[in-house]
Amino acid sequence: MSVFAQSLSNLWYGFEIALQPHNLWWSFVGVLIGNVIGVLPGLGALTAISMLLPLTYTMHPVPAILMLAGIFYGSMYGGAIGAILLNLPSHPPHAVTCLDGYPMARAGKGGVALGVTMLASFFAASVGITVMLFASPLLVSVAFKFGPPDLFAVMALGLVAGATMSRGSPLKGVAMTLFGLLVGTVGTDVNSGVLRFTFGLPELADRVELVALALGVFGIADFLTNVNRMHAVTSNTNMDFRVRDMMPSKADMKLAFWPMVRGTLVGVLFGAMPGTGPTVTTFLSYALERRVSRTPERFGRGALEGVASPEAASHSKTQVDFIPTMSLGIPGDPVMALILGALLIQGIQPGPQIMTEHADIFWGLVASFWIGNVLLLILNVPMIGIWVKMLKVPYRLLFPSAIFFIAIGVYSTNNQLFDVGEVLFFGVAGAVLLALDFPVAPILLGYVLGPPVEENFRRALLLSQGDMTVFFQRPISGTFATLSLLLLAGQLFFGLRRALQARRRTEYASTIGSTDLNPARGD
Amino acid sequence: MNRRLSAVPLDYYGAGLMVLIGALAVKIGSGYSIGRLSRMGPGYFPVALGTLLILVGAGIAFAAWLEHAPAAMSGDKTASAEWRGWGCIAGSLVAFIVLGRYGGFLPATFVATFTAALADRENSARDAALLATAMSGVLIAVFWWALKMTFPLFAWGAS
Repeated sequence: MSVFAQSLSNLWYGFEIALQPHNLWWSFVGVLIGNVIGVLPGLGALTAISMLLPLTYTMHPVPAILMLAGIFYGSMYGGAIGAILLNLPSHPPHAVTCLDGYPMARAGKGGVALGVTMLASFFAASVGITVMLFASPLLVSVAFKFGPPDLFAVMALGLVAGATMSRGSPLKGVAMTLFGLLVGTVGTDVNSGVLRFTFGLPELADRVELVALALGVFGIADFLTNVNRMHAVTSNTNMDFRVRDMMPSKADMKLAFWPMVRGTLVGVLFGAMPGTGPTVTTFLSYALERRVSRTPERFGRGALEGVASPEAASHSKTQVDFIPTMSLGIPGDPVMALILGALLIQGIQPGPQIMTEHADIFWGLVASFWIGNVLLLILNVPMIGIWVKMLKVPYRLLFPSAIFFIAIGVYSTNNQLFDVGEVLFFGVAGAVLLALDFPVAPILLGYVLGPPVEENFRRALLLSQGDMTVFFQRPISGTFATLSLLLLAGQLFFGLRRALQARRRTEYASTIGSTDLNPARGD
Repeated sequence: MNRRLSAVPLDYYGAGLMVLIGALAVKIGSGYSIGRLSRMGPGYFPVALGTLLILVGAGIAFAAWLEHAPAAMSGDKTASAEWRGWGCIAGSLVAFIVLGRYGGFLPATFVATFTAALADRENSARDAALLATAMSGVLIAVFWWALKMTFPLFAWGAS
């Protein structure tokens, strides 16, 4: 049982790091800011992390990462509050929480829904952290054997999964991933020093700025899409409940326990799979819950299980997501891509060596998750009244302020006004793409993974002298490359079948509608 | 068979945009040395991505043609283009860049926040001015004084 003992001593070491007053303080700041921003309508974890990312450049790497991670899971606690009380998902994964959370709130059981959400979140996060604690060293020991073809294949699977498993058309997801990869090639080519796609602008030689891209496609593009469309929520929900009302009764706990466990497991399973976003995870866990329920008709009308399970799933996934990000350097979703970017800016190369070379960061982060989740639990119970008030901050005042923070934040990354122009460009581009029904999240994933994908692709084929079968000759790369191809082929097949069915339906409708009923035509 | 509908499906625009971006990537990318598969030049990866993007763009158009689903028609989403909102938000960032360079960050902050606030129809000029004043205060207190960021509060002409 030496692995077990090793993990425990690592955890102990992590707590020593995370409990240092300085680190604890920034962890606290992170979860607090994350929670606040998560509550505010229209702002999600991505915007929050990218706005605060520039401030961490001058910080020591450990507190910087603890704070950014804190913002991430803090905003998820915050997001649930708006979803349950106002039917307002500020972050897409919470959309499914609205389905049953809001009816509960309208029935005067908002307090219980929030209480169960927080318990489920904490439970799921704890399980996720435990998985991370034991799985990471295992993964790392395998990861040391990874060569360029393996790394390329794993990243390709991440990109394919990220492109095709998000909502909407898989083809559009692939298109956005390719677009993101192209944006990633802007700048100086590391192998030859050639300037690519810089259009004569010297500022672009040093790549497109990560923060500018993220704030453009997730911040500005969102404001452009929502301006004058988000209206003040006039809710008749009873929101003045006391802290005591949040304590779930014994019957509530009994009802929520198994959904919570199942949700957690779904989250762990999908967290380990690169590229599957949190939204897919929450929707799956909700669907699973409705299927196993003996009374599925209660779902959508305020079933406690429909709140507990998806919230648990999103939290365990959040924690497990850190495993491939930290130990392989392969982010599973855009938020992880941003955290990876933050690590790279700090000069830390995530990968199997991170546990030995930067043990303080890795184990400190793991321990801080636990501390942060306890802090959130303590924080949210007494502050719920304040959150409810903050929910009423009107969007019309919120987004102009956010635009100012975005502008000054992006400027501060390099002290360059040029970067503000980049935000504007990607904001408008993102809004146009959103209007054309393209998902924008894969852009960031492609951008961050672009350089390592190209690097490993080039290196693998240099070593194999241009033989493409190199990706299928080794067990690791072969498995992942095959999985990517299967996923791509499967999605294309189902997409095609869907399209054909839709065509048949419209044809059928037009046949019915037209006067000549000619059954001989068609299939 | 009057299946040809007058409105062009939204997806055709999206497909066209992807093909355009892909073609640009191929065109510009082939200006760098491409090399061979065993020894790729800086142009290889961009050209490959551009080619794939053209193919996927064609695929999107094909899927839209297969489906010609009324749900994907233009109209429900783009009909009410929000020109005021777009103009003000874009203008806000442009103002921040221009004034930040030629007038200093205090006027840049005020004008940028003011313009952005006007994007929302429910904001009066007075609300916008109040919000802009508040953000100017934040700029001075937080970014200039507390964080000691390097930027001029006022500048005359190019700095």
